[in-house]
Amino acid sequence: MNFILKINKISLKAQRYIFFLFIIVFSIGIVEALILSPSDYKQSDSVRIMYVHVPSAWTSVGIFSVIAILSLGNLIFKNKYFLTIAKSLAPSGLIFNIIALVTGSIWGKPTWGTWWAWDARITSMLVLCIFYILYILSWRVFEHKENLSKVTSIISLLGLINLPIIKFSVEWWATLHQSASIKLTGSSIHSSMLLPLFIMTAAFVLFSILIFLMKYNTELIKIKNKGLDRI
Amino acid sequence: MIGKKVKLRITFLFLSFISLVLIVFLIIKSLEENVVYFKSPSEIISLAELTNKKVRIGGMVKKDSLEINAEEIRFIITDFKNEISVSYSGIIPNLFEEEKGVVAEGYIQDRKFFVAKKILAKHDENYMPPEIKKALEN
Repeated sequence: MNFILKINKISLKAQRYIFFLFIIVFSIGIVEALILSPSDYKQSDSVRIMYVHVPSAWTSVGIFSVIAILSLGNLIFKNKYFLTIAKSLAPSGLIFNIIALVTGSIWGKPTWGTWWAWDARITSMLVLCIFYILYILSWRVFEHKENLSKVTSIISLLGLINLPIIKFSVEWWATLHQSASIKLTGSSIHSSMLLPLFIMTAAFVLFSILIFLMKYNTELIKIKNKGLDRI
Repeated sequence: MIGKKVKLRITFLFLSFISLVLIVFLIIKSLEENVVYFKSPSEIISLAELTNKKVRIGGMVKKDSLEINAEEIRFIITDFKNEISVSYSGIIPNLFEEEKGVVAEGYIQDRKFFVAKKILAKHDENYMPPEIKKALEN
């Protein structure tokens, strides 16, 4: 696989550039989200929680789908780099998943009147969180290479089924969580609020890439110094 | 480019994935009753028999139906087809108001009357600055 070797070469250099890019985008995003953007007509300033909540939920769902696709790629093409990339992606996905759950809870208390509700969207997000934890744990628990690739792939493919459930839960069933604001047909979020939302999403994606590169470069070093497979 | 073995793996994985999706779909389908967070007033009215278990009813707070006195809060939940009166005493969330979404948790007394133990405000998917809202109303 020639292009994987190319990715490996780039990933060693890219870390620093991504870091600076992240700092810039994140500072613009946070100023836009906390100061420049207007407050909501109904929930006033608690709308600002959305600028962390929604991007982190998007990022964590996105990362899990990439992990699942990479695991599928490994099962088919038997390329160990696919798994290494997937492994390095998982921690930032889990962190953003937890951030989404916690910020959602903080938002839920003043708006809904409860910290937690067992509705379909929230529960399916919690299920994703469990899948992330299982996925990361399985990398630590299993020693044998062949077992490792099978177990992690099965977990990620099982988790993949959960993703459309997360997405469409608010349309299929009556949930406390509001339905999607941004659809193909348009958005019910005003444009002045969409701007910080998208900038923050870009910042979170950049942050995930940064953490991914750090993890991935460490993995590459481990592979290079054979025998030092685990610390 | 794709060898015979790879093709076989793709077919096998595809089939097992499809069957897994089917299994999950069937499980969720059979649990539908529990996946739904709340029922609408129409669903309550068409119930075969009333339960004395705790249920959640969701809908809109009907316009001009909200009455607040020292002991209790009374309002009507409507889904624009059927409605049900609710009585509640306790703290209401900030976003609770007329013509907005609400979920009430409590016990059915009869098909038209409901005693709530907990009130949750349901937020809709619209976000906009106050000026825009005003402009929209005028």
